[in-house]
Amino acid sequence: MRVFLFIVVALVLSSPVNAELTIEITQGVDNPTSIAIVPFGWQGSGIPKEDVSGIVQADLFRTGQFAPVDRDDMLSSPQQQSEVYYRDWRALGVDYLLVGRLIPSENHMVAQFELFDVYAEKRILTGSQSGAISDLRGVAHGVSDRVYEKITGIRGAFSTRILYVSAVKQAAGQFKFRLLQADVDGAGEEVILEQSQPILTPSWAPDGETIAYVSFETTRPAIFMHNLRTGVRQQLTNFKGLNGAPAWSPDGRQLAMVLSKDGSPDIYVMDIATRQLKRVTRHFAIDTEPSWMPDGKSIIYTSDRGGRPQIYQVTLATGYEERLTFEGSYNARARVVPDGSGIIIVHKGTGDYHIALLNIDKGSIEVLTETALDESPSISPNGAMLLYATKYQGKGILAAVSLDGGVKFRLPSRFGDVREPAWSPFLR
Amino acid sequence: MKTKKIQLLSVIFAFAFMVGCASNDADDSAVNTGDAAAQDAAEQAAANKAAADAAAAAAAAAANLTSVFYFDFDQATLSADTRAELDAQIAVLKNANTKVRLEGHADERGTREYNMALGERRANAVANYLIINGIERYRVETVSYGEERPINSASTDAAWAENRRVELK
Repeated sequence: MRVFLFIVVALVLSSPVNAELTIEITQGVDNPTSIAIVPFGWQGSGIPKEDVSGIVQADLFRTGQFAPVDRDDMLSSPQQQSEVYYRDWRALGVDYLLVGRLIPSENHMVAQFELFDVYAEKRILTGSQSGAISDLRGVAHGVSDRVYEKITGIRGAFSTRILYVSAVKQAAGQFKFRLLQADVDGAGEEVILEQSQPILTPSWAPDGETIAYVSFETTRPAIFMHNLRTGVRQQLTNFKGLNGAPAWSPDGRQLAMVLSKDGSPDIYVMDIATRQLKRVTRHFAIDTEPSWMPDGKSIIYTSDRGGRPQIYQVTLATGYEERLTFEGSYNARARVVPDGSGIIIVHKGTGDYHIALLNIDKGSIEVLTETALDESPSISPNGAMLLYATKYQGKGILAAVSLDGGVKFRLPSRFGDVREPAWSPFLR
Repeated sequence: MKTKKIQLLSVIFAFAFMVGCASNDADDSAVNTGDAAAQDAAEQAAANKAAADAAAAAAAAAANLTSVFYFDFDQATLSADTRAELDAQIAVLKNANTKVRLEGHADERGTREYNMALGERRANAVANYLIINGIERYRVETVSYGEERPINSASTDAAWAENRRVELK
């Protein structure tokens, strides 16, 4: 029987003053792995700008799979193997021990770290992670990635970014819309676009620096492509009717989208280099929310051609269409998990709208969330977690759940409503 | 007596065109060019006044008409009430040459891009009704805002009903 572990402590991740997101873990795994992360030694002058080991600790804690040891309980503060006495850590019931030190050089910082298996009394990982002195958080996330992968066997996704949209009400039906990006822990937030017209469906290209989204800045919806590194921005579509739901192909060369220029909303694919459009679906019902299968050969999408929104799949080469969902009155906005074994959907059975996992082989649906009005799921590149939008205490917030449903946390916004999270691909 | 009448009509004439010329000048010209010219001016003035009155009446009527139309959940069907309200709008639109913008909206339930399509379906339902009933297609523009611009941000049945709408602008 699952024992829910409610960790009520709100973990405010030493975020900059204006950061909109904070993190509250609401549910972790039953028996989280105990790990001691000793404050890293510092060999520079003054004090470091960021608490690197504190960020590593917060990263691992946020996965719900780890229970970091409180610093005050530590009996010693080793910084390297020669200073480690295993009995100090066995006494605390610690499974793993991470120690390290920060060594500044001219323009960058090196974190040298060592990971120990306390019961085997063995060092299992040594590494160094370097980065700009201005990017100590990035250095810390890099350490987290290495430690997480060593212990779980799953590539860490702590060095990734998220896109999301915030809306602050100005008057009835009038809002200030912002497209934002931040580290996946909510820190390092930057405004990409701010306007009085809606912004929707931010979507990452596989290169991790190009994005697409829908903006109403022309008073009508249009799809834009925007390079976050260079700032170059291009309007891709300006058709009559809907211009929406952009989704990048796995090779980044094509963008699937929804256009209603030919009458009803249908799925189209644009070749980014030539800007040529190819129509994919042809039905008088609503076809929308395309998402590519990992092999790039087919697209899954939402259609209400059967009366209610359900998930369909179309093979691009043949145009063959197949319905994938049959359970529930509303299944929409599908996203495939990275290994292709399942599809994350917005699902309504008899109750509220929840995020659910459709097992492709079995056809079964497993509901992962119990919050209300859940939408816009976006899966982490390592397939371990997903972010989604929900409503909590009357406000739009982002929340996360592990794909096995065992770990849950919220990222409430301090200002207005936030929605439409988009988790970046691996960035390094 | 007649001079006085001409003078009065001339004043109306001047007002109708909002040329702002002095009434004495109009009076002088009417007297100087004879009765026929004065008669023409009077008729034109009357016609212009009638047109101005009609436009004012239409604007007043439009101001009193319902310009927000509501829908059932996940539906784009026009209710009998909505059709009656649209008939009144159509009567006014037929006497004007203005363009209309129909903005479709959805409530917050369900996914954003699906709701964008649903808002379009609602705007199109209203647009098609206008076009079928004689409003030229080129005068009707539709746009969907989906669930992005709720009137009422609460998560209640009443709020959702307020937000499922097409606004005629």
